[in-house]
Amino acid sequence: MTAIEEVPLSPAGNPIGFGNMKRVEDQRFVRGQGNYVDDVNLPGMLHSAILRSPFAHAKINSIDTSAAEALPGVVAVITGKILEGIPRPSLLGDNFAWMPTLSYDTQAVLATDKVRFQGQEVAFVIATSRYIAKDALELIDVDYEPLPPVMDAKKAMDPDAAVIRDDKGQTDNSITDVHGHKSWESGNAIGTAEAIAKAEADPDCVVVTQDVMYPRVHPSPMETCGSVAYLDKVTGQLTLYTTSQAPHAHRTVYAMVAGLPEHKIRVISPDVGGGFGNKVGVYPGYVLSIVGSIVTGKPVKWIEDRNENLVSTSFARDYHMKGTIAATKEGKILAVDVDVLADHGAFNGVAQPTNYPAGFFHIFSGSYDYPNAHCKVTPVYTNKAPGGVAYACSFRITEAVYLIERLVDCLAAELGMDPAELRLKNLLRPEQFPYTSPTGWVYDSGQYEKTMRVALEMAGYDELRREQAEKRARGEYMGIGISFFTEGVGAGPRKDMDILGLGMADGIELRVHPTGKAVLRLSVQSQGQAHETTYAQIVAHELGIPPEDIEVVHGDTDQTPFGLGTYGSRSTPVSGAAAAVVSRKVKDKARIIAAAALECSPDDLEWELGRWFVKGDKERGKTIQDIALLSHGSLELPEGVEGHLEAMTVYNPPNLTYPYGCYICVVDVDPGTGQVKVRRFIAVDDCGTRINPMIVEGQVHGGLADGIGMALMELIAFDEDGNCLGGSFMDYLLPTSMECPDYELGETVTPSPHHPIGAKGVGESATVGSPPAVVNAVIDAISPFGVRHADMPLTPANVWRAIQGRPVRVDMAVE
Amino acid sequence: MQVTITINGEQVTRDVEPRTLLVHFVREDAGLRGTHWGCDTSNCGACTLWVDGQAVKSCTVLAAQADGHEVTTVEALETADGLDPVQQGFIECHGLQCGFCTPGMMMTARWLLDHNPNPSEEEIREAISGQICRCTGYKNIVEAIQWAAEHPKTSEVNA
Repeated sequence: MTAIEEVPLSPAGNPIGFGNMKRVEDQRFVRGQGNYVDDVNLPGMLHSAILRSPFAHAKINSIDTSAAEALPGVVAVITGKILEGIPRPSLLGDNFAWMPTLSYDTQAVLATDKVRFQGQEVAFVIATSRYIAKDALELIDVDYEPLPPVMDAKKAMDPDAAVIRDDKGQTDNSITDVHGHKSWESGNAIGTAEAIAKAEADPDCVVVTQDVMYPRVHPSPMETCGSVAYLDKVTGQLTLYTTSQAPHAHRTVYAMVAGLPEHKIRVISPDVGGGFGNKVGVYPGYVLSIVGSIVTGKPVKWIEDRNENLVSTSFARDYHMKGTIAATKEGKILAVDVDVLADHGAFNGVAQPTNYPAGFFHIFSGSYDYPNAHCKVTPVYTNKAPGGVAYACSFRITEAVYLIERLVDCLAAELGMDPAELRLKNLLRPEQFPYTSPTGWVYDSGQYEKTMRVALEMAGYDELRREQAEKRARGEYMGIGISFFTEGVGAGPRKDMDILGLGMADGIELRVHPTGKAVLRLSVQSQGQAHETTYAQIVAHELGIPPEDIEVVHGDTDQTPFGLGTYGSRSTPVSGAAAAVVSRKVKDKARIIAAAALECSPDDLEWELGRWFVKGDKERGKTIQDIALLSHGSLELPEGVEGHLEAMTVYNPPNLTYPYGCYICVVDVDPGTGQVKVRRFIAVDDCGTRINPMIVEGQVHGGLADGIGMALMELIAFDEDGNCLGGSFMDYLLPTSMECPDYELGETVTPSPHHPIGAKGVGESATVGSPPAVVNAVIDAISPFGVRHADMPLTPANVWRAIQGRPVRVDMAVE
Repeated sequence: MQVTITINGEQVTRDVEPRTLLVHFVREDAGLRGTHWGCDTSNCGACTLWVDGQAVKSCTVLAAQADGHEVTTVEALETADGLDPVQQGFIECHGLQCGFCTPGMMMTARWLLDHNPNPSEEEIREAISGQICRCTGYKNIVEAIQWAAEHPKTSEVNA
């Protein structure tokens, strides 16, 4: 089944190309020698802490910092008023109190007029130790005047709702995008409405409507966010060590925010302890560490604690979706219409391409063949933390896949049809690719039915259904849930996709040293994906240089070319392509040099892995190592050919890539307690070419755990007073080894036709695809109680309530 | 107050505030950065190390409580004989991705194998259930520990 070809092994035993290879990074991590931001200590470094708002919505009458300033060890206390007084010669306003978000909104660095979510940054203390800095927070006296908070997105546009963004002169809580739109539509509104109306009137058709909430969750990487900033006042050089998935994008934002010249900013993202989208945004804490260094003249470290991470940094989801699906009674899907209310929190801090204000949500038409689809997404401000695109969501494809996969199961229930059979009836067929979806996406390649049949076979689907029937007969509740997902990843073509005007193409540089060893410089940023390993494998595959002879440099803007970073599963589709393209440029140049050395025409040469040789005379050739030395030597090169063996490229993807897969989850539910046990999880992914199958499978495992967590445990809820109810790991429950089963993985391989090595990316596939499989399984288990849907997380209490016919809103602490 | 803690066989004496957490003492005062800090509430286990041979979460132990005791951290796993089988197992079985939870996971794994050289999968899952990994979904961590159990240290075999 595997498409991995036999590749030669290097002297170190590594594949010279694709295949399982032990990770280069592990050598330091298993020794405790990783270098994370909190491991960075600079001479004279000061520490810091942020005072955060206890209120979700309150006017700030005054802030008294005198007692804090008097505490021995405190160096400075900074408030919003002080930031307002620091002039900023930048494009984005005249002072430091506000900063731009990645969605062209503004966000307070420190609150000046009022606080807009619980946990918002109010004051910043710099001290000689982190303990003293935290002590000083207790001594700051803020006079708050509480205002009514807007916690329920459904009430945000009520006429009597408090206005959150009065700073922008707003009179309601609507959000307007950069094009002036207050809601975002995609697809064919009229055709979809007509198809649904026609189906409603047709006795041979059914129409099913379902409200589906994807509640607010949080990526929660094990390492929280943090930074160490140092502005050298003599040279004007700002060095920022930071937890960033996108060091180059961050540098440009700091140039805009701080008005500092971009060439004087060096952003270093050292080892990053997990990201999952949490480390894409620019947070006030990062900016404050920079301000702190400007004010004190010393390096300033800011490391948030777990509570701060959970209550203030980028959340994910919070989509209230109403889906309508129309189909014939034979199970042929005709149309899907979706209306979404999107809760964006207090600042529109969504990190996504400018022209996609609802991310890639409008890929919701899914993996099925039907002509009419339409969605409308309406965002609102609420008094919650900003964010929205995070947690391995592939720019909101998590929400889209969850919606369509739940709707398909609701339809199956309505039709009394097996959900596997219903999906097989509607899956896109191989000959339809490239396929233009009803909302305008062009899916590159796929063999959907083949993939689904592999999953059904691995699961022993028919046998599982028999087992389920037997168990039901004796009062045991077992469920089988299927999810079939298609993602669009690798943002993206620069004509369509940018963040803050920065096109989403990635630069890369490859330099082959005289002895044939090489260094590859990437713009993307590993947070555990092992780029130091897989990118060396891509170059090895193209040039035949052993991977252990290739050093991969990343995470330092002074050492790497510009690019937009790692999120939305874009590394392999964009920078992975760049690595192949730049290697091919080197190979082309090597051909010219080899021809000069062999005194023949480049056209007379043929390539085999690691070597150009004369066609028909295989003995006459030059290895890439020979050529590297020749390129640096005295060999006379043809007119116009420069010495040395190196190249750079900027890869602008012609389209997204479309990884897909079929997941099957088997659960047992105790109807007395509502407890769900995930018994089996079968995941068949098709991510095109697999560079390092071991690493692909590892990423799938992690995403499956995410899906189990979100489906069953994870939730950032609020009470009506604006208190965040998920502010620690005692309240925000993450899956442990006890909740996760022994995953069963399979694969099909359908390469992307437009990607140089056919790879599609896989980093978020499992996080996107797994939640609906778990939820569909639980609903399937408790369907004998008449349950057709219940919102995540399916905690024992929520499952029990659903069984009792008394479902509650999960996102608010209200009955 | 002055505390003296033997960390990986070396005595470290420092004047610290009584409230200093052991995780901060190990990281800041002893300069051993392999022990990580992740949650404050004893939920994540990134800070797991040993005190007198017992695996503990060092974010919830005061340095003062460890005064006069022996602390062992991830930095002590590798010896002159090479990597500990647990370290090798994590490499062999792809038991880590971002590496942040890894030192704590390995310290628990070593503790488990020292007390139960042939644990079942269930026993391994139970042993690491107080620790969170966001990258691996645990499957490969379990397999890494099984690998280590199958490849004991030479000294263990001789013993």
